[in-house]
Amino acid sequence: MSAQFAAQADPPVIAERLRRPEKGFWRRALRHRSFVVGSALSLLVLLAASLSMVWTPWSAYDIDIAAKLQPPSEAHWLGTDSFGRDIVSLLLVGARSTILVGIIAVGIGLTFGVCLGLIAAARRGWIEELIMRMSDFTFAFPAVLSAIMLAAVVGPGMVTSITAIGIFQIPIFVRVTRGSANAIWAREFVLAACASGKGALRITIEHVLPNILSVLIVQATIQFALAILAEAALSYLGLGTQPPQPSWGRMLNDAQTLLFQSPLLAVYPGLAIATAVLGLNLLGDGLRDLFDPRLSRER
Amino acid sequence: MSGSANVPLIEVENLGVRLNTSRGPAQAIREVSFSLGRGETLGLVGESGCGKSVTALALMGLLPEGATLTGSIRLDGRELMGLSEADYCKLRGNRISMIFQEPMTALNPMHTIGRQVAEPLRRHKGLSAAAARKEAIALLDRVGLPDAAKRVGAYPHQFSGGQRQRITIAIALACEPDVLIADEPTTALDVTIQGQILDLIADLVAERGMSMMLISHDLGVIAENVRRMMVMYGGTVVESGATEEVFTRMGHPYTQGLFRARPRLGARKGTRLKTIAGTVPELADLPAGCAFAERCAIVESRCRAALPIAVAVGTGHRVRCLRTDVSMARPIGILDS
Repeated sequence: MSAQFAAQADPPVIAERLRRPEKGFWRRALRHRSFVVGSALSLLVLLAASLSMVWTPWSAYDIDIAAKLQPPSEAHWLGTDSFGRDIVSLLLVGARSTILVGIIAVGIGLTFGVCLGLIAAARRGWIEELIMRMSDFTFAFPAVLSAIMLAAVVGPGMVTSITAIGIFQIPIFVRVTRGSANAIWAREFVLAACASGKGALRITIEHVLPNILSVLIVQATIQFALAILAEAALSYLGLGTQPPQPSWGRMLNDAQTLLFQSPLLAVYPGLAIATAVLGLNLLGDGLRDLFDPRLSRER
Repeated sequence: MSGSANVPLIEVENLGVRLNTSRGPAQAIREVSFSLGRGETLGLVGESGCGKSVTALALMGLLPEGATLTGSIRLDGRELMGLSEADYCKLRGNRISMIFQEPMTALNPMHTIGRQVAEPLRRHKGLSAAAARKEAIALLDRVGLPDAAKRVGAYPHQFSGGQRQRITIAIALACEPDVLIADEPTTALDVTIQGQILDLIADLVAERGMSMMLISHDLGVIAENVRRMMVMYGGTVVESGATEEVFTRMGHPYTQGLFRARPRLGARKGTRLKTIAGTVPELADLPAGCAFAERCAIVESRCRAALPIAVAVGTGHRVRCLRTDVSMARPIGILDS
């Protein structure tokens, strides 16, 4: 069976396997190095965020100036920052903000982007042109720039940064969706569906969307990593998550002034960001390979 | 001709289709007129790019974006030209169905075959999920899919090409349409399966009293499966008539060339396959006159002046050629070979 799949480089068949994962899929997945490493790292971040909801070694909000800038010790495993907050606790709670921002921002991008992309592919003509030019326009502004504009209007904060990052994600999803959807629309089974009397909406939902799902999943994973980076950048600039809410970007910002006194303060959040981004990128690469049998050699 | 209605089921008059291609606008179809009665079978033969499929897609209202249609297409006397997309959707799969050339790609790989067969039943006939499933199993059984009841939950890639074509036939026939358009239904199949599928289609058409338009580039397929036939070349019908009549007395030099070019059993070893000199003209720059003029052995200057009109050379047998007196002087057809 798997030999037959390998010979058939038909994306929808792969998408189907995604829906009904067979033994072969997981066996292949477990042997795919970047998929395994990527999911492990992503899972680590996810676990940290979940853990922070029920337990942290210290409260991430309590300031204890007397215990500021302590080196790693038994009480504070990674030491404390300039306000005496426990670094481990800050990292755990920061993971929560990071994941929240990622999910919501990618959610915004995915929802609007996929809808617009599907409409563009289904309607063609001037509607497609309008949607694509509008997304080009949006794409012209980097997330940081639109966040600064948005912050100038409504004030900085987590909502502002999430919205800005989300808007920035939309055109990317519009492009990916429209491109893959156009390829599906050109296929004969869509013509056959037209010939059996289905309208554009039904075809989009029943035929186009399921067949581009694998592409979207991979793209969403990569975008998640980019959203985390953007959030860190915005928080570092003071436009994202506001104190006292901990965030990895903010921790970097706080550490900046103390770079010569305690350089480790900048290393921890940096490592956390790198772990999350690397993990998600590897996961995305892994998924892309696993969905595409043409690339399914083990790495 | 089982039906006795005065109005033919499908009436096409002076159909013209302009397509927007990458090489500029192309007149894919010009001056195509025909009618199809209830229970009648009509064959459409010609080489690739002669406009067979475009004619079929025009009937289905499925021409690509930017195509302009002229003339008239009537179903049961009702004009289809300019019909809204929503109204057309109600006809497609319900009154007019189509079987495609490539069974490998005509099915959605993501859905079970049972769902795909049941779809049109639920949409057009308003059947419940359970009733549609039952009907789907019956249909799959009828088209000869082994173990239909067990395999409704299977996905298209789990079937062979022939089986998939049986499934697409089941989908096309689900709502008992009045007209079935089969666009090269066996071209992509093994030779051994081709006969079975054509027999199946013929049986179903006869059983349900449907009309059928069979598109093929294979003269043999046309000869065996339809009562009337049309030969297309360069976007227009060059010859039409009862199948037997056309095969006995071929009138158009193109039909004759097509006939001579078929491979034959029992030919002496070393006999070269006959071909028609030249190539099919580009649709983007069709000549004003007869499209076959460049390849015709008996061409005259007046052939190039304007598209010849179709002349009757027998009962219901029409040939779009100015020189039928020469081309038909010596009968060419099944009798002479």
